[in-house]
Amino acid sequence: MSQTVGINFKKSSIDALIAGFMALILFGPIVGVVLDGYGFNTEFGKVAWMVAAVAIGRFVMSSFLQTERGIAMAFRYANNDEGVEVLPPGHKSKMVWIIPLVIAIGLLVPFIASKYVLTVIILGLIYVLLGLGLNIVVGLAGLLDLGFVGFYAIGAYGLALGYENLGLGFWSMLPIAAIMAAIAGAILGFPVLRMHGDYLAIVTLGFGEIIRLILTNWASFTHGPNGVSAPLPTFFGLEFKRRSRDGETFHEFFNIPYDSAYKYMFIYIVLFAVVWAVLFIKHRLVKMPIGRAWEALREDEIACRSLGLNHVLVKLSAFMLGASTGGLAGVFFATYQGFVNPSSFTFFESALILAIVVLGGMGSTLGVVIAAFCLTVLPEMLREFAEYRVLMFGILMVVMMIWKPRGIVRVTRTGFAAKKGVVK
Amino acid sequence: MDIVLQQLVNGLTLGSVYGLIAIGYTMVYGIIGMINFAHGDVYMVSAYITAIALAILTFFGIESFPIILVGTLFLTVAVTGAYGWVIERIAYRPLRSSSRLAVLISAIGMSLILQNYVQLSQGANQQGVPTLLTGALRFNVGDGFVQITYMKLLILFISILGMGVLTYVIQKTKLGRMCRATQQDRKMASILGIDTDKVISTVFVIGAVMAALAGVLVTLDYGAFDFYVGFIIGIKAFTAAVLGGIGSLPGAMLGGLILGLSEALFAGLISSDYKDVFSFSLLVLILIVRPSGLLGKPEVEKV
Repeated sequence: MSQTVGINFKKSSIDALIAGFMALILFGPIVGVVLDGYGFNTEFGKVAWMVAAVAIGRFVMSSFLQTERGIAMAFRYANNDEGVEVLPPGHKSKMVWIIPLVIAIGLLVPFIASKYVLTVIILGLIYVLLGLGLNIVVGLAGLLDLGFVGFYAIGAYGLALGYENLGLGFWSMLPIAAIMAAIAGAILGFPVLRMHGDYLAIVTLGFGEIIRLILTNWASFTHGPNGVSAPLPTFFGLEFKRRSRDGETFHEFFNIPYDSAYKYMFIYIVLFAVVWAVLFIKHRLVKMPIGRAWEALREDEIACRSLGLNHVLVKLSAFMLGASTGGLAGVFFATYQGFVNPSSFTFFESALILAIVVLGGMGSTLGVVIAAFCLTVLPEMLREFAEYRVLMFGILMVVMMIWKPRGIVRVTRTGFAAKKGVVK
Repeated sequence: MDIVLQQLVNGLTLGSVYGLIAIGYTMVYGIIGMINFAHGDVYMVSAYITAIALAILTFFGIESFPIILVGTLFLTVAVTGAYGWVIERIAYRPLRSSSRLAVLISAIGMSLILQNYVQLSQGANQQGVPTLLTGALRFNVGDGFVQITYMKLLILFISILGMGVLTYVIQKTKLGRMCRATQQDRKMASILGIDTDKVISTVFVIGAVMAALAGVLVTLDYGAFDFYVGFIIGIKAFTAAVLGGIGSLPGAMLGGLILGLSEALFAGLISSDYKDVFSFSLLVLILIVRPSGLLGKPEVEKV
């Protein structure tokens, strides 16, 4: 007996009417009446468009969800929160070919790209680092950290203030910043070990804000909102400036004409190397017991603890490793900008990094790299839509959670098989 | 001495506002066990609607303060309530059966959407409303004086009234009984014929309405706001909710008062630059020392 599914247009119309009415209430005051001093201007045309769009969209959606296909789709998306996909043992990854190719292209980039493109790519790579760092904490260990920007700030201010007060340069600061951020991660990690989920999110959010507020208010040390200048990296002591006060500069030493793009090329190459190193380390860690423990903790903390995992160590290690990656990214950011101020380290930055991890796929390295480039390079390319960027991130986060909570690139793992001859 | 008393008065009004917003966190947490991350932004939206309602009312030539106040309250509460309802519909209901992390991220997305939606349509500049109610009560204390503006008295009066009405609704009415039943055991409540989806929607609306009350009062008192105000006040109200014991209504009010008073004293006596740092540190401290808050029940992990 086949059951025919007809579209109930009356129901769709009522749904559309309600949605349109709600849209009118929501958009009417905020979009329709634009404050102008104590008076206002009206923009009812815009409201009418938005309400019509919502009503029509709701009508179409409501009708579609009544068809057979729609019902099947709704059912599929109602329960799609599966875990990791396990590939059959002996699965050959295509990465063996892709990775050398990407490295080769990556090394060519600074010599063919223009200075502008290069700066955009550097920014993208900085966000790749940040995404990888947060991915350890959120994606792998399942600890929602909304204060990640704090570690980023520690790295960036570490370089700027370390140079100003102690004369530390880029190269000495790179490891120091990673260690400093890791210590900060441990300091944050210890008290919040007992928390999980929402509490953890709020506490880390508070931590990020505390760091930003201190950077803003402690004017005698951090110069407050005015910011601090950060040093450029050096190539074995050679500076990338037109003229140097002490000794030769890079272009004088190699006897080549001065070009302001040299420093970006250099930053790019160092950053490129660091990103690959982090990728490699992360790749290995995930296969090691500590990485497995992170993922186990994400899936079920109570089960983990009852099976004897030391959750303190597991959480702390995730926090510290994630934080140190964030610190590294901060150093690159400071040297790339040549200047840091507190406005680069707002909650929005944390949310952006979180959007990268969420969009890319929690725990998936490839996904995070792709998402970081999409979310930082695309807005640069589409300058005219730049003001809608944050709105898009917000919509993306909600839609992704409803549609694909595990991100675009699902985490896969090759299964294990017993060696031949071992099992009889 | 007069400074301390003055800060106590300021802290009392500040605290009652925190309490009002904290109710939204505490009720939502009580019923679905998670933090409504977009709640601070609901407050921000209500601040904008207050200014818009004021502008419209003055446009129609209404001058008398009581009518303006009632009109603004009514409009803001209605529109902000609708926001609460829609937020639940879009960001929470489709994710009922998902992991907590997914719900939390969707809520953060909602918060970003609200902030940017308001920023895009109203501009990023700081907005303001004119002062409508002036005048103050003054008391001489020693060689100084303590003043309570009429606006602050109004804030106290309306927030106490709001909390009183809400307590009555939750304790005595059928709706309140349904809320409490759903809070205790959602599955059981729905088996016994309570439309839990509707109850959850209602709770979101109630939370938004309370935030709207706070939004109207603070906007009329303080005058200036921008699209970013919801963030800080959201965290503070959350701190208040945690301090009092999240999930408990009287706890939210008590927590709000304690936070408001201690923050005002800190700002008045030590440093006003670091008063936000103080509140956030207090939050971390409470969560470490007593995560269940003053009036809360300890959380039991179910396996």
